[in-house]
Amino acid sequence: MTVNESASTSSCGHFGPYGGQYVAETLMPALIELERAFGHYWQDASFRAEFEQYLCDYVGRPSPLYCARRLSRHCAGARIYLKREDLNHTGAHKVNNTLGQALLAREMGKQRLIAETGAGMHGVATATAAALFGMTCDVFMGDEDIRRQAPNVARMKTLGARVVPVHSGTATLKDAMNEALRNWVATVRDTFYVIGTVAGPHPYPTMVKAFQSVIGTEARRQVLEQAGRLPTEVIACIGGGSNAMGIFAGFLGDETVRLTGVEAAGLGLDTGKHAASICGGEVGVLHGNKTYLLQDREGQIQTTHSISAGLDYPGVGPEHAWLHDTGRAEYCTVTDREAVDAFFLLCRLEGIIPALESAHALAEAIKRAPRYGPDDLLVVNLSGRGDKDMASVEEWCAENGVESVSE
Amino acid sequence: MNRIDRAFAACRREDRKALVTFISAGDPSLEVSESLLSALAGAGADVIELGVPFSDPMADGPTIQAASQRALAAGTTLERILDLVRRFRQVSEVPLVLFSYYNLIFRYGVDRLAADSAEAGVDGWLVVDLPVEESAEVRPALERNRLHWIALVAPTTPPERLRFLLEGVGGFVYYITVTGVTGARNDLPSDLVAHTAEVKEATDLPVVAGFGISSPEMARRVATHVDGVVVGSRIIDLLAGAETPEAGVERAAAFVRSLAAALRE
Repeated sequence: MTVNESASTSSCGHFGPYGGQYVAETLMPALIELERAFGHYWQDASFRAEFEQYLCDYVGRPSPLYCARRLSRHCAGARIYLKREDLNHTGAHKVNNTLGQALLAREMGKQRLIAETGAGMHGVATATAAALFGMTCDVFMGDEDIRRQAPNVARMKTLGARVVPVHSGTATLKDAMNEALRNWVATVRDTFYVIGTVAGPHPYPTMVKAFQSVIGTEARRQVLEQAGRLPTEVIACIGGGSNAMGIFAGFLGDETVRLTGVEAAGLGLDTGKHAASICGGEVGVLHGNKTYLLQDREGQIQTTHSISAGLDYPGVGPEHAWLHDTGRAEYCTVTDREAVDAFFLLCRLEGIIPALESAHALAEAIKRAPRYGPDDLLVVNLSGRGDKDMASVEEWCAENGVESVSE
Repeated sequence: MNRIDRAFAACRREDRKALVTFISAGDPSLEVSESLLSALAGAGADVIELGVPFSDPMADGPTIQAASQRALAAGTTLERILDLVRRFRQVSEVPLVLFSYYNLIFRYGVDRLAADSAEAGVDGWLVVDLPVEESAEVRPALERNRLHWIALVAPTTPPERLRFLLEGVGGFVYYITVTGVTGARNDLPSDLVAHTAEVKEATDLPVVAGFGISSPEMARRVATHVDGVVVGSRIIDLLAGAETPEAGVERAAAFVRSLAAALRE
């Protein structure tokens, strides 16, 4: 397995004008140390073998590529395949990355992991890795998200992690990341910060992409095996963008394959209540990288909205910003309502309950499939399962006068 | 000669340590900041850092986070802070350092802000989240406008990185005393003596130490190893804890007088 090289490959952590290392000097030596360690171990055969062994025996990889026949028939167009990251241990793609980073932490002699989390999936995946390798783990989580995602809070605690409530700012994911960075500044000598997405200062965007690229490598091989040809289009949802970058990584070199990232339009792009950094934001610097951000004229970061806590973030990974500018990938948006519709459709047609994040990618696939013929293949990254979202969906249905599950 | 250089030259002549103070501009309003600036200048501050409030101050502890939120709630913007600087320049020549997170500068426009801030009477920039690796984005603009780029050195900075970090910097070097965020503390790590000695060895510029210094006694103790100290969060606490803004300004000024006195001992 190799990381798929592409025009957007990092050079000193920059992707065109994006990326970089915009952090306090206190953290720079740690980032340099991390860059060296990652560069070394990612080329190290025994490290790679151990990582792949855990992905296989512990995570359950390869995850299946499933041809969704009833959904495809319903859409009457392209054949839709689902990359089943929802079947991974812990229920999402996040664990691919946390195992990679925890193994690296172990090699670097760091015994404590910290992480930020929004929906709680990355927190659970980090807590899982910490338990597996006998490390301590503190997960920073906004007060508001702790309230919204109670089951994941319970899972993290059960796994032995400490969940640290964050009250500052808007008490959501961006504030959890601020607080994790503040904690890291104070504990940097013995603590490894496990960032959950392809954002943050270099080397995180490159490193997280590398750990997640297994999704795209597998999907490419699987679709060739099953259909005998490459897909017409690959679709994934984008918060920070790690599941998208993971699956895109397998196809960046295949120029005929369209790559589509789906951002959260919340109540609609024109309402201002959304989380679409590329489609509705402007370039700025936050959390260590230059990228598209939701911000006001002065550069103050704005509050975001999405029904999906995992997409509720005002920035996006810098490589996505560059793929957008170069036109190699296309970025579009899906509203809360469209995501909920897609959520139910997949439940009823295929017996799969998708995460609300992944439902954004599905909604876009459902829109696009009818424009294609039966020879076209759409691969959708089903990045996580929706068990965690049952309460959010019920709440949304009640607020919007939609009948949900109680029939 | 930049006002910062003049201020440190005066300290050297008078054989005393420099007092650098930090305030969060616009906390709780720009009017209060204006009287606070004058009061601190009158109380013996040699250099004043003007903190530009940001929605996501990742390098700051609770005190400056809260101050930033109060300042933003009062409608503080970089443009209005530059107006504040212009008004201050009519009454004082105490050097001012714009202390900001990079996004606000980036959005304003690096070249435009360098020109506007120099014209208003700013003497240097300290950009918390712009390490030397990324600093080429702003340093040419600062040089063109004769503004100093103030370098930060951390306790985690290895000695071999110092030379790279201090190449071509001006004004003074800011040594961060603690591995952590801003905020008043009761004591400081013991590695301060060795680290500040390394920094002083690596530069001819004055070296000041900041983060966590909360009393005249601490200021005096730390200053024995460096050319000056920075005090911030404690001043903000005094301002915010008073019954009225006027009383807060007076308490902050009295505290700064006691710091200045301690540094003359």
